[in-house]
Amino acid sequence: MIDVLAAVLILLGLGFYLAGSIGLLRLPDLYARLHALTKADNLGLGLLTAGLALHAQDLFTSAKLLLIWLAVLAASAASAHLIARHARRRETGT
Amino acid sequence: MNTITLLVFDGLLLISIVSLAWAALATRDARRSVILFMAFGLVLALAWGRLLAPDVALAEAAIGAGLSGALLLAAVSEQPHAAGVVRPSISQNPGRAGTRTAVRWAITLLCAGLAGILGWALLQGLDSSARDTLAQAVAANLAISGVSNPVTAVLLNFRAYDTLLELAVLLTAVLGIFALGQARPGYQCAGPVFDSLARWLAPVLVLIAGYLLWVGAHAPGGAFQAGATLAAAAIVLRLAGRSHIGLPAGGSLRLVTVAGVAVFLLVGLVLLLLGRPFLGYPPAWAGALILVIETAAMLTIATTLVLAFLGGRPQALWREPGVRRDAPPASDAPGAAAPANESAAPSLAAGTQEQTRC
Repeated sequence: MIDVLAAVLILLGLGFYLAGSIGLLRLPDLYARLHALTKADNLGLGLLTAGLALHAQDLFTSAKLLLIWLAVLAASAASAHLIARHARRRETGT
Repeated sequence: MNTITLLVFDGLLLISIVSLAWAALATRDARRSVILFMAFGLVLALAWGRLLAPDVALAEAAIGAGLSGALLLAAVSEQPHAAGVVRPSISQNPGRAGTRTAVRWAITLLCAGLAGILGWALLQGLDSSARDTLAQAVAANLAISGVSNPVTAVLLNFRAYDTLLELAVLLTAVLGIFALGQARPGYQCAGPVFDSLARWLAPVLVLIAGYLLWVGAHAPGGAFQAGATLAAAAIVLRLAGRSHIGLPAGGSLRLVTVAGVAVFLLVGLVLLLLGRPFLGYPPAWAGALILVIETAAMLTIATTLVLAFLGGRPQALWREPGVRRDAPPASDAPGAAAPANESAAPSLAAGTQEQTRC
């Protein structure tokens, strides 16, 4: 039962990754692409780690996976902001 | 997991490594090249993980991808046209195009030859029946090494002499960095988002460094990975525009820079005096001695990496002879921490205050 739930979560996560990657390749400009990457991939990673944490059967490992997700969330939000701000500044020439 | 899946995964890994390496070499834009190189390092770390070498994977991710990437990016942005550095193309200089092509082919042949020799050696190693003797010797003597992680046992006990010399190489590198002159001026203050990231990331990185150092005795980790993580904390602070990035000032900086080699040598010499071989730890003390040496080595490695990122001597470390101490600091941009005992003129104090805003 738990294994099935884990598999569903992981597959859902992979779906979000796929959507994010397609967005990265297909969307027209940098801001839209960043949007696709950060939003879709963060949720994808969250679902993936949730699935793996269910699969781990060990509270310590699950906690570590959760920590990894939180760290990636913070890092990707901050770096997406930095990239977008850099591009914006270059556009407006300030 | 079944074999086919793993085979597909390994194949994808190999293809990504080779194509990332190719892309990093082929692109004209230096910044893009560096970013591809960092991605290459991360995928390479995955490959080390697949080869059941987590110690190497950690070192590759931390040093190969992270810190080397930071160093290279800093070097790229130092160049005059930082916005889009383009390598000079061959066609711009037809006179030397022939030589360049010849050099390029020579390098290609050399690399192909080297790869061939390495591949041949690998095949020989796989074939030979004696391939496991070293690993077996390590496993047989692990009990008296003082640690239970075979990698740490080799690095800090069985082949400690090699690690001592590696630390000496790092020390030489620091001398070279100091010879480059003053450190680059720091970066401007980060915005609120990056600043708050740096604010919590730096302590977490320090904590991880301590964990890696401690866990190295019985699991993947150790002084090199811990030192790289510690250096990453300082570099994050530096990128966020802080002037105080944890580097000690003045004499303490020199002490930390030589600590790795000094402690290593001291332990070896004391053991010699006690009638044991150089760096031949008594088994009862081995664990403690290795931890002491690794702690010193971690501090030295972290300092060396941070100094490499600064690209020179931190400001306010040594005054140039002939420059009066109370002379106004012309280019006292955020470098290292100003020494606490600096009896400097008010101008420096004001400057320092201005720098520590962020």
